Amino acid sequence: MSKRSIVPFGPQHPVLPEPIHLDLVLEDEKVVQAVPSIGFVHRGLEKLVEKKDYQEYVYVAERICGICSFMHGMGYCEAVERIMNIEIPDRAKFLRVIWAEMSRIHSHLLWLGLTADAFGFESLFMESWKMREKILDMFEYSTGGRVIFSVNKIGGQRKDMDDDMIKMFVKLFGEMESDLRELTNTFLQDYSVNTRLRDVGFLTKEQAHDLGAVGPMMRASGISLDTRKMGYAAYPEIKFEPVTSNVGDSYARVDVRIKEIFQSIDIIRQAAKKIPAGTVDVPVKGMPDGEFMMRVEQPRGEAVYYVKANGTKFLDRVRVRTPTFANLPALLETLKGCQLADVPILILTIDPCISCTER
Amino acid sequence: MPKMAKSPWLLHYDGSSCNGCDIEVLACLTPVYDIERFGIINTGNPKHADILLITGGINEQNKPVVEQIYSQMPKPKVVVAVGICACNGGIFKECYNILGGVDKVLPVDIYVPGCAARPEAIMDGVLKAVELLDKKQNEAMAKERRENHAG
Amino acid sequence: MQDNNQLKIIDPNTLVPTALEMKNSGYRLVQICATRTEGGYELTYSFAKGYRLKNLRFEIAEETEIMSVSNIFEPAFLYENEIHDLFGIKINLIKIDYNGTLYKTAKETPFK
Repeated sequence: MSKRSIVPFGPQHPVLPEPIHLDLVLEDEKVVQAVPSIGFVHRGLEKLVEKKDYQEYVYVAERICGICSFMHGMGYCEAVERIMNIEIPDRAKFLRVIWAEMSRIHSHLLWLGLTADAFGFESLFMESWKMREKILDMFEYSTGGRVIFSVNKIGGQRKDMDDDMIKMFVKLFGEMESDLRELTNTFLQDYSVNTRLRDVGFLTKEQAHDLGAVGPMMRASGISLDTRKMGYAAYPEIKFEPVTSNVGDSYARVDVRIKEIFQSIDIIRQAAKKIPAGTVDVPVKGMPDGEFMMRVEQPRGEAVYYVKANGTKFLDRVRVRTPTFANLPALLETLKGCQLADVPILILTIDPCISCTER
Repeated sequence: MPKMAKSPWLLHYDGSSCNGCDIEVLACLTPVYDIERFGIINTGNPKHADILLITGGINEQNKPVVEQIYSQMPKPKVVVAVGICACNGGIFKECYNILGGVDKVLPVDIYVPGCAARPEAIMDGVLKAVELLDKKQNEAMAKERRENHAG
Repeated sequence: MQDNNQLKIIDPNTLVPTALEMKNSGYRLVQICATRTEGGYELTYSFAKGYRLKNLRFEIAEETEIMSVSNIFEPAFLYENEIHDLFGIKINLIKIDYNGTLYKTAKETPFK
């Protein structure tokens, strides 16, 4: 047996936009075990419920993470709305679907770019992010913000999109589709990309289940679950099936996410056809009292929002279980037995969002 | 001695930001904004870097990391705080684990406001940092000349 | 709770056997959440099978020590370390025990 050595990885590392630290136990080049330490981004925003009232907290919830900002706001609002028995207007529900799916596309493109960067294909990184800017432009046009939108509120949406705008977005997505095909074909068919992704970091269906993996990480291992199917916002009126793969390696995770991009475009088209006219918010009266556990499908997987209210304007507890937190044990499993040079790619294939994880 | 302003290298560290400013910093590097046209390269190695971009506030755990990165950078160096959290703690100011803005631990030269900071603002901040870098270098050289003359 | 969410109040001492039962009937761990109550804590363990969510809940006094479920559900070690660091609840036999170093906070056990 060769000598074991421990290599620290992170928190500041060229491949990581965000800080996470791993202690990698190596036997020569092979990783035997990985132990994570987190907390570099820990702010303690769950505790802010004591200082911000339940309506102000929407702004904090949106800043749990800047990538899925919209969905964090939405998940929190849906939870509070269910405690208070508020039925938001149908138009607002569809707007939530459209903005949420746009967030998913931008998040997946962002991730594709970072992954390309991790395996050293810089022009592919640039291309992915160039494409992503088009979606950010749509966000800016419809909400006024590129990253943090603040369009969610308890009882509906703060802003409406007029029908011309929605039509224009559908047209823009139609035009983007062929470019997206070309871009994603490079990921799926390019020889050098394939050599980096195929047969690297296997996660079996049983492991994915036992380790509690979520989102594309889980679906790429053959478990067909998507919390959007549980029916929040206007998802019950949308036809879609969870994208899965039975392979379970890094390539499968890329494949699943790429298919989800096209699925999201399709969902936006369906929503644009079905969106009814009307108002986008209802007045909110009274204070929340009770508790609710809301599950929302984010780009990275299922997020859980637990809200407990006591009848005053300050909540008792908000707890957010984010997808990356749930995917960490699965990441540690895939790292076992891999080569040191593959570690960055494996970390990226769970689509880590450290800021959500540590809150 | 050649001017550093021709090719300043940049190091980005995420303090405890929500990611919003980080992805905007990265967006600056990509084709639409393309900060590299100013000769700037994003590096992962503190010893190569002239400008330190920090997003997010400082907390107990990343304080030593930030200090250590700063101390490894060669002189002259400029620190840019990107986003309101890096400037003074922002929305997270009242959180128990946030010490405050980056200036609690490092001398910050440029403050870029915004939540999230827009790419245009970040680029503006970086270009101001480049000017400052030149100024610091000139001052250092003038000091050296004076000392040599005296010595 | 959501339509397909169940809440079951259990005795803290039966946590481990109940968790084992859940594991054997094909559930996976979704999350563990602690809430501060007057004089103690309320702990909620959420498990899911398909889209169905089952929550186990119990209350404990401030100094009560509880057993870890990380030997049954592996991912539990992260949640349990987090609860230990933020709430100060003592959890015994965690599979990977960070001994309070998962989060280094300015204020010790800020949720206590």
